[in-house]
Amino acid sequence: MSLLEVRRLEAFYGASQALFGVDLEIAEGELVALMGRNGMGKTTTVRAITRMLRTTRGEIRFDGHDLAALPSFRAARLGIGLAPEGRRCFAGLTVAENLMASARPGPWTIDRATALFPRLGERMGQTAATLSGGEQQMLAIARALMTNPRLLILDEATEGLAPVVRHEIWAAIALLKQGGQSILVIDKAFSELRAVADRCVILARGQSVWTGTPAGLTREIETEFLGV
Amino acid sequence: MRDLVTEHRLNIVLALILLGGPLIAHFADEPFLVTLATRATILALAGVGLNIALGLGGLVSFGHAAFFGLGGYAVGILASHHQTYEPLMTWPFTVNGSNQMLVLWLVAVLVSGLAALVIGALSLRTSGVYFIMITLAFAQMLFFFAISWPAYGGEDGLSIYVRNAFPGVNTLRPLDFFLLCYGVLMLVLLAQWRMTGARFGIALQAVRQNEGRVAALGLSPYRIKLAAFVISGMVTGLAGALYVDLNRFVSPSMMSWHLSGEIMVFIILGGVARLFGPVVGACLFVLFEHVFGSFTEHWQFFLGAALLGVVLFARGGFIGLVAGRARHD
Repeated sequence: MSLLEVRRLEAFYGASQALFGVDLEIAEGELVALMGRNGMGKTTTVRAITRMLRTTRGEIRFDGHDLAALPSFRAARLGIGLAPEGRRCFAGLTVAENLMASARPGPWTIDRATALFPRLGERMGQTAATLSGGEQQMLAIARALMTNPRLLILDEATEGLAPVVRHEIWAAIALLKQGGQSILVIDKAFSELRAVADRCVILARGQSVWTGTPAGLTREIETEFLGV
Repeated sequence: MRDLVTEHRLNIVLALILLGGPLIAHFADEPFLVTLATRATILALAGVGLNIALGLGGLVSFGHAAFFGLGGYAVGILASHHQTYEPLMTWPFTVNGSNQMLVLWLVAVLVSGLAALVIGALSLRTSGVYFIMITLAFAQMLFFFAISWPAYGGEDGLSIYVRNAFPGVNTLRPLDFFLLCYGVLMLVLLAQWRMTGARFGIALQAVRQNEGRVAALGLSPYRIKLAAFVISGMVTGLAGALYVDLNRFVSPSMMSWHLSGEIMVFIILGGVARLFGPVVGACLFVLFEHVFGSFTEHWQFFLGAALLGVVLFARGGFIGLVAGRARHD
């Protein structure tokens, strides 16, 4: 059975429809890349899964639970951890406090999170506002991991970061995958995504238009749906 | 980090000044000044209560006088029944009044906490200006209820004649009562300091910064805010209980919206979300009231000017001016 099953997902911002039928499945321990050009509905899909956007139709099941009626915090408690687009760390709180705020019982502790991102260990007393973009992204991922999620969602995992930092983040994602963590990643670095993903799902105009392994992602598909 | 150390040192100095002033006044045989300091201490406690909701949680409650008044009425009603030897109720069981502060404080805290739970549960469904207005509306409802409650003095209020008792302390002596109030204030400040660094306090500050993000981490912003609102109401209710013993009198004015505004002024003057902000603010307020009040009945003009100065030029209040910006500014 899949950990996450999304069927015929439609989503709305007021009267505007943003998703017109997204299908997505993630199995335990699988890394799925959600791909697509800007404005195709990737972040909206994430917002619907995490129930931050609740005006949706269709089916979203996580570990057998129907998420449709749940508020955002209940969905998160079932085991969905999100590192959102734009990082959105708690700017006025220190690194340690950001991690403490989200901590839930499980194998992920502050020590383990700082072992994954040693830079955070050196910045524990600093407020998130004083961190570099890369460090904030590491904090956002570490903060999501501190909820001990069964599914980790990384929305724009490396957007706007320096190449050396991006390399660190991709290395951490690969390590997490190796450890059996289920992950849904959104990013514009398609070559890195292909290298790490088990499966790819492509969205276009609010619909899932292609699903398959990275090996099956042909030049034609990339040109048609990703603009590569 | 340097600012944090400066603030800790400043807090210690302020705590010592607040303790030393009345001690000197006592030995200089100036009991009025001791009573004045007691008033400032109790008002500071009310401010500390609101600061938990407003400062840490960003909940701009304009109805905290309701909890101040409820704490006061809990003490006033129980003490008056004790003095008249009339039980508060006889059915289904007998409840007598009491003159024991520990009992009265417990009742005051429970009553104000329960009221905060009900008011908060409804008010926190809203936010922004609606939250401000709904908390004000609840306070006004309780204010008018107190006015129209003749059994306990109605608009004229209720006198309790003799200050209530605390084991081992002669509460009739101004210095003893001051030290009792000071001890309560310091204990509550210590608890708030510990709470701010604990997971609940951190989550509360996170809620103030971004509720949606907190929810995405698996925490319920509503429950966190409600818990903070209840704690806040309980502390303000405890202040109300002490205030009644200070004045030996409780009246609906303790629930008026003016007082809600004044409690907010303490916090803004001293520094929003700063541990000793309400303490400084309440002391400045009482000082203005006493010093300028002896020249003119329009002493609030000077308070208004000071408040304007703080809002325009020192957003961190007095504490921010001396110790620097808070890290969450």
